[in-house]
Amino acid sequence: MTKLQLDYLAREAARGRIDRRTFLGRAGALGLSATAASALLGSVVQAQGAKKGGTIRVGLQGGSTSATLDPALATNSTDQQVMRLWGEQLVELTPDGGLEGKLAEEWSGNDDASSWTFKIRSGVEFSNGKTVTAEDVLATIERHAGDGSKSGALGLLKGIKSMKAEGDKFTVELDGPNADLPYAMSVIYLQIQPNGGKDDPNAAIGTGPYVLKDHDMGVSFSYDRNPNYWDSDVGNASQIELLVVNDDSARVAALQSNQVDMVNRVPPKVVSLVKRLPGVEIHSEPSKGHYIFIMHCNTAPFDNNDLRMALKYSINRQEMVDKILFGNGSIGNDTPINESYPLFEGFEQREYDPEKAASYYKKSGHSGSILLRTSENSFSGAPDAAQLFQASAKQAGIELEIKREPNDGYWSDVWNVQPFCTSYWGGRPTQDAMLSTAYLSTADWNDTRFFNVDFDKELIAARAEKDDAKRRQMYHDLSGMIRDTGGLICPMFNNFIDATSSRVAGWAPSKGFELMNFYAPIKMWVV
Amino acid sequence: MNDVFKLVLKRLGLGVLTLLVISVLIFFAVELLPGDIAQAVLGQSATPENLAALREQLGLNVPAPVRYFHWLTGAIQGDFGTSLITGDRVGSTIGPRLLNTLFLASYAAVIAVPAAILLGIFVALLRNTIFDRVANVLTLTAISSPEFFLGYILILYLAVKTGWFPAIASIGRNADFSTMLYNSFLPALTMVLVVMAHMMRMTRAAIINLLASPYIEMARLKGVPAWRVIVHHALPNAWAPIINVVALNLAYLITGVVLVEVVFVYPGVGQLLVDAVAKRDFPIVQACCLIFAATFILLNLAADVGAILTNPRLRHPK
Repeated sequence: MTKLQLDYLAREAARGRIDRRTFLGRAGALGLSATAASALLGSVVQAQGAKKGGTIRVGLQGGSTSATLDPALATNSTDQQVMRLWGEQLVELTPDGGLEGKLAEEWSGNDDASSWTFKIRSGVEFSNGKTVTAEDVLATIERHAGDGSKSGALGLLKGIKSMKAEGDKFTVELDGPNADLPYAMSVIYLQIQPNGGKDDPNAAIGTGPYVLKDHDMGVSFSYDRNPNYWDSDVGNASQIELLVVNDDSARVAALQSNQVDMVNRVPPKVVSLVKRLPGVEIHSEPSKGHYIFIMHCNTAPFDNNDLRMALKYSINRQEMVDKILFGNGSIGNDTPINESYPLFEGFEQREYDPEKAASYYKKSGHSGSILLRTSENSFSGAPDAAQLFQASAKQAGIELEIKREPNDGYWSDVWNVQPFCTSYWGGRPTQDAMLSTAYLSTADWNDTRFFNVDFDKELIAARAEKDDAKRRQMYHDLSGMIRDTGGLICPMFNNFIDATSSRVAGWAPSKGFELMNFYAPIKMWVV
Repeated sequence: MNDVFKLVLKRLGLGVLTLLVISVLIFFAVELLPGDIAQAVLGQSATPENLAALREQLGLNVPAPVRYFHWLTGAIQGDFGTSLITGDRVGSTIGPRLLNTLFLASYAAVIAVPAAILLGIFVALLRNTIFDRVANVLTLTAISSPEFFLGYILILYLAVKTGWFPAIASIGRNADFSTMLYNSFLPALTMVLVVMAHMMRMTRAAIINLLASPYIEMARLKGVPAWRVIVHHALPNAWAPIINVVALNLAYLITGVVLVEVVFVYPGVGQLLVDAVAKRDFPIVQACCLIFAATFILLNLAADVGAILTNPRLRHPK
């Protein structure tokens, strides 16, 4: 009887005939806890399918007054969320790690994967009414890959020999094979703009499902649904409001007091408290992002692999996941690759082993303390993680000295400059992109100074390999080299932690970044 | 009256000199910050080529003193330059933010100043009673708590638990006046609580100080009622210190609100300044700091003039 009553009440609430508060009250009277009642309501709402209309409001951390709308410079998550709504790339990641066409209808490579052609979807219009052409795509990629580019995509676009636009085809010629080139086109910086944004990079004119109507940098952004969007199924809310709420407590309070419908970056420390709030749902989604300790393999004392192994065995990875991420993440294995990547193959888990660490340490012949630099902005909780590392290493007889550096200037004066420090990576769309960005000998961001000729050769060879099984094995070998000889200590992969209110529904797993790879405001709907 | 005029001119001249010194200090303080502008703008994911391109574009390869004098010559002609990061005019970036800050400061001042002075008079009248003690303890508690903490408490009780007021005070551009008042009530209330105690206690102390004077005793002996003794006889002589404290607190309402703005997501100058410092956006930092410095100079001047005008002895020095 109770079950029937509950289902009835939940359906009524989902249709809006009784309000949420009333529903939770009556469900409570029937003996259901507030959390369980919220979950029940959520499942009923989900089952009824997407609804069009209404306004979705999003509270975001990471916005700044001095940000710009130029996609090339959109390095932080708020800037990226802002352009996800008005813009679109050629292709996009799918939840299973593959690719789907956005502005490109289809794409194909030649036999040795050194030339790629994208067919541009016909009849798509920019929000200024102009029709998208292959020339616009060409101009966009030129702007990001060209001389003097400040684009975050520059590194991924290296190796382009020439590009051309013909009819509705856009073709890229590479100076070597790269089976992953289509993935590079999915990177969020590459929003297609009219004439590539060469005339006005900050115009925020694109082909996205929403149109930027009004904005106040670092404060708020409001959008209307794009009536001319090529796929009329996409986009549920009529309006979207993005509000920058940098303060963590204020963001959660705004969600609780119905001022926003979803927020990003719930601090791991408060996840268990926020979970208990009625009408709020936490989404802790695995990511490619990892929190790391990095050693320069070419600088004493870290030029000695025995010392590097000693440090790798003297860190307690599970403890880091429990105490730094509060369980919102997964354990690392000293490679930058995890199961979120396509073609991933795991290793046996490297455990905390003070005895092994001590024997490697003895073999290295090092004595005295080792200086580890850290700062709060190198990753959330980095100074605490450094202290945990210090304590676990002490068990193995290794002495770490911690130096706390200021947040200001950490990325210019410490990271990629000092031989041993804390840092993080947000991950890249493919294994090749991640390894080429940070572990290739010639990479600008080779922040572990990992110089290995065999590694470089195999990484380049893997780009040309079309057999997935062989490629999987090659990437496994590459990760193995980093794991056993590199300067990376990777204790944990962090989750993205977002929260949504029960006023919206439609959350689904995704690959990429937070808030369903920034698609949550587009794909979710107002209940 | 001539003396007051001369004093104002002299103080304004000194004020301009102070502003110049402050601008030099700020410029070199920004220069001393670790890291450089290009790196701060592009963040961790900046490649060396990115950095070189941006440095060239921002003119950072020119020596610092030369950059300062370029800025100074512009500023003297009323041109504060463009933001290094966004390329917008400094004036158009700061303008709307300054209006927001002034709105919030006036909102808080309109509530706090009369309330603090009235409460000060009441507690002076009822000194050493339970009312006096309670008022003192409450206002001192409010001033002793950090602003962000007070803000969180107000959010918890007045926004999250009761839903009476919005937790974030995002004032829309097209909001009408009453909506603006309603949306920004919590930040205004936080600031009222922060500045009340200081002004109230100064009013109380200044009045009580005078109550021991012979002329007050005379008034009492004449049989004047207690409230009249305070309002008509003591208060006129107590204005000078009260005006000083009010002026200082008004300045604080404009310059000291960064944390309140952050907690309530209120788009004011403080938030802009924090963002600008993080990105080393020197023209914005410079302009914000000069506005803050000018606020202090002008309000101090106003306090001195006020003190002179309310005190006949200062107005006619022998």
